[in-house]
Amino acid sequence: MAEKIEITDEVIASHGLSKEEYENVLNILGRKPNMLELGIFSVMWSEHCSYKSSRAHLKGFPTEGPQVIQGPGENAGVVDIGDGLAVAFKMESHNHPSFIEPYQGAATGVGGIMRDVFTMGARPVANMNSLRLGNLDLPKHKYLLKGVVAGIAGYGNCMGVPTVGGEIYFDDCYNGNILVNAFTLGLVKSDKIFLGYASGIGNPVIYVGSKTGRDGIHGATMASEEFDEGSEEKRPTVQVGDPFTEKLLLEACLELMKTDYIVGIQDMGAAGLTSSSFEMASRAGTGIEMNLDNIPRREVGMTPYEIMLSESQERMLMVVRQGCEDKVKAIFDKWDLDCAVVGRVTDDGIMRLMEKGVAVAELPIEPLAEGAPVYHRPMERPAYLDEVNCLDISTLSLPDDMNAVLLDLLDSPNIGSRQWIYNQYDHMVRTDTVTLPGSDAAVIRIKGISKGIAMTVNCNSRYCYLDPYKGSQIAIAENARNLVCSGAKPLAVTDCLNFGNPEKPEIMWQFAEAVKGLSDACISFETPVVSGNVSLYNETKGEAIYPTPGVAMVGLIDDVERHCTQYFKSAGDQIVVLGKNLEDLGGSEYLKIEHGLVEGPPPALDLELEKAVQESCLEAIRAGIVKSAHDCAEGGLAVALAECCISGENMMGASIELDSSGIRRDALLFGESQSRIILTLEKEHIDKLEEIASEKGAPLEVIGEVGGEHLLIDDSISLDIKEIHSAWQSAIDQRIA
Amino acid sequence: MKFGVIVFPGSNCDHDCYHIAKHVMGHDTSYVWHKDASDLSGYDCIIVPGGFSYGDYLRPGAIAKYSPITEEIKKYANGGGLVIGICNGFQILIEAGLLPGVLMRNRSLKFICQDVYLKMENTDTPFSSEYSAGQVVKVPIAHHDGNYFADDATLKDLEANNQVVFRYATVKGETSDEANPNGSVSNIAGICNKNRNVLGMMPHPERCAEKVLGNKDGLGIFRSIVKHLTQS
Repeated sequence: MAEKIEITDEVIASHGLSKEEYENVLNILGRKPNMLELGIFSVMWSEHCSYKSSRAHLKGFPTEGPQVIQGPGENAGVVDIGDGLAVAFKMESHNHPSFIEPYQGAATGVGGIMRDVFTMGARPVANMNSLRLGNLDLPKHKYLLKGVVAGIAGYGNCMGVPTVGGEIYFDDCYNGNILVNAFTLGLVKSDKIFLGYASGIGNPVIYVGSKTGRDGIHGATMASEEFDEGSEEKRPTVQVGDPFTEKLLLEACLELMKTDYIVGIQDMGAAGLTSSSFEMASRAGTGIEMNLDNIPRREVGMTPYEIMLSESQERMLMVVRQGCEDKVKAIFDKWDLDCAVVGRVTDDGIMRLMEKGVAVAELPIEPLAEGAPVYHRPMERPAYLDEVNCLDISTLSLPDDMNAVLLDLLDSPNIGSRQWIYNQYDHMVRTDTVTLPGSDAAVIRIKGISKGIAMTVNCNSRYCYLDPYKGSQIAIAENARNLVCSGAKPLAVTDCLNFGNPEKPEIMWQFAEAVKGLSDACISFETPVVSGNVSLYNETKGEAIYPTPGVAMVGLIDDVERHCTQYFKSAGDQIVVLGKNLEDLGGSEYLKIEHGLVEGPPPALDLELEKAVQESCLEAIRAGIVKSAHDCAEGGLAVALAECCISGENMMGASIELDSSGIRRDALLFGESQSRIILTLEKEHIDKLEEIASEKGAPLEVIGEVGGEHLLIDDSISLDIKEIHSAWQSAIDQRIA
Repeated sequence: MKFGVIVFPGSNCDHDCYHIAKHVMGHDTSYVWHKDASDLSGYDCIIVPGGFSYGDYLRPGAIAKYSPITEEIKKYANGGGLVIGICNGFQILIEAGLLPGVLMRNRSLKFICQDVYLKMENTDTPFSSEYSAGQVVKVPIAHHDGNYFADDATLKDLEANNQVVFRYATVKGETSDEANPNGSVSNIAGICNKNRNVLGMMPHPERCAEKVLGNKDGLGIFRSIVKHLTQS
């Protein structure tokens, strides 16, 4: 029996516990742990579950606001949208498993985040994802992209939850460590939100869903280590998803949630039965006595250690009112799912695990769940920052042929069409998707009321590499800008903070700076952080990824009929740039592609200007005068204009004249100055827009008119829109083939 | 007028079909749970919705075929009742033997979700009378296994009896290979039985029947059904 193994230094180390942490275990217990208990400490105190390196920093996030119903600490954040309704949402990483086994890794990431949302009582109505892969010229990354996309599709499509948006970037820094971050948003009545509390002494603890197998044991510990050559040997720690069972679990749970039987409920995610039971009891200040003989299992001979540490998917733990057991069971019987009473809530604050009448583990819950170590790890500003933030644009040669540059940029997999990806996702099921993938933000309607929800996910990690503080601020600003371009007022944020090894002071410094940047920007936009996830140790052989604080933001549209999209609508419409063109080339895609440079500083961000631009855009859309609105992002003004021409169903050209005001041509066309939005509107509405913008303090410039078959910009750009479309359309397809 | 929407474990367009029948068309509509296999004769039209019944494990529709409700659907259809199967519903009707042919994996071997154009081939059915012959409409598809195939004798039969209701086409109505999203033989997107009371189609008309979604081209299917039921 595994429990009889002697606890040696090697065993402790192989469980990822440091000497100090093990000392702490001995202090808490007043004795040596057995193997099962050691395993439980190991997963509960893993970086993935305990946030031991990040927790001290995350306290700085703004998490409150009149719209917030549930902030961080639960399975998902919940935000009020009025009319008695709320949205629950969260983003979570599944990076390490996806690198090892892309299909199942990504699929179970999607499955896990959906469970986090429906465990709150919310029906998942939209998914998004944020992906980072390495160089698409590498066969390994073609394989990873195909697998990840197919895995996301395989799970989300079967669940009947539309994947409405996302983002993807490719960079060499992800060659050894890809990122797969999955987001789910659910809709819930604001007075029917369920939380993960094991309350009510004597209440039964019920296990529902798939049987427990030997898959995924120690997945949380794996996610808390760096990769090396042997990492692929860890394939057995990747779980296998069964979206059909999760679909049944979703429907059964939502049916049960219409009753008043449930006291508390939580999904079994990372660290499975261990974390769900400990967290539920810890929140309620209670104990649990669990009979492991009653856990439904896939195979015979499983030890308590395997049962408690399994990360088999599609399982939930709940506490229900005493006496409701049979009624609960009837609902799960209807859906052909396992449902077993596995324990009782106790008053002694102890997790007591029983096997054949014998206590095989007795652990105090509070010190284990809340007493996890909190590290204030040393930080140091990385030396590379001085080397990379030294761009001298006067040394850059000006390209002769701007047409060729524009086509190169549109053909970049970081800018080109994402259709190859999103066509594999069912983005229309539930018949709520008002804005299909391919615009700045996804928009869904809410049946029965006039409101809509907009959502977006964004982070330029190159900016974050060059300046983690400013890059993170820009991530928030750009998300908010994308939302207002759709006509939505930003409400709240969920984040997924992907970084390298926190034991390195330089990585910890990046992390702290990023959290500060996100916090300051969130305060400025009044968008509190309501949920999130931290993924550290994203390194292979000592090479860390760019700091990648993925941010998803959710906004509210009062009248969904007045939502807005990015592409041009009618010939003759006037094209306006809200905001200001600056000479910003640092961190740009242009600099990387045309000059082979990753140098900063990244573009300037003036939060006051940003807010003035966003408020003007939103007010103009609400006034009904805006025909299209598009954020200027990677590739700058020229790429944004090209996207306006070609991303709609009917392609349309444009004639543009820019007031260059002394800015270099390449910076004017391809620089990535922040706080700029391209609007189109009918001529007669220009006065009204000028009035709104001047009131808010946002500069604007009328730069041209929609029409024709070409994109013409001064004497720099003259391209047939079909040629533009074809370069953009095949950017990913041709590299994947 | 009463619609019934069948719910198999794994159905996921059941809510969407219910919404159209109940809220957009304004008719009495109920869900029918697959284990509650009782006589369907109280319904005027049965909708077998899309999704992944039984996870599409084994083969789409292959397990749903053995669910108790499928026998009732067969009885109902053989008695002349209107049955429309959309996407996975079409796959189930084929597996159940109510429609001929087979739906194979898309030729790209990938799931495809996108708008396609359909050409109306037969508007003399209870499901398509609101369209004009040859009309081209835009309707989305979302499937992994929509590649329709039938042997030559079956195809000949289908064509001779005018059972092909829609074909994949270009926006101009050309039923070319380039307009064929999944490799279906003869660009077939939807067929009916000889009696015209059972329709199967891969595209999703319920996803494009409301103004707020930017496309109402699919509404004609549901209007045709209601017109037929009103007149009969």
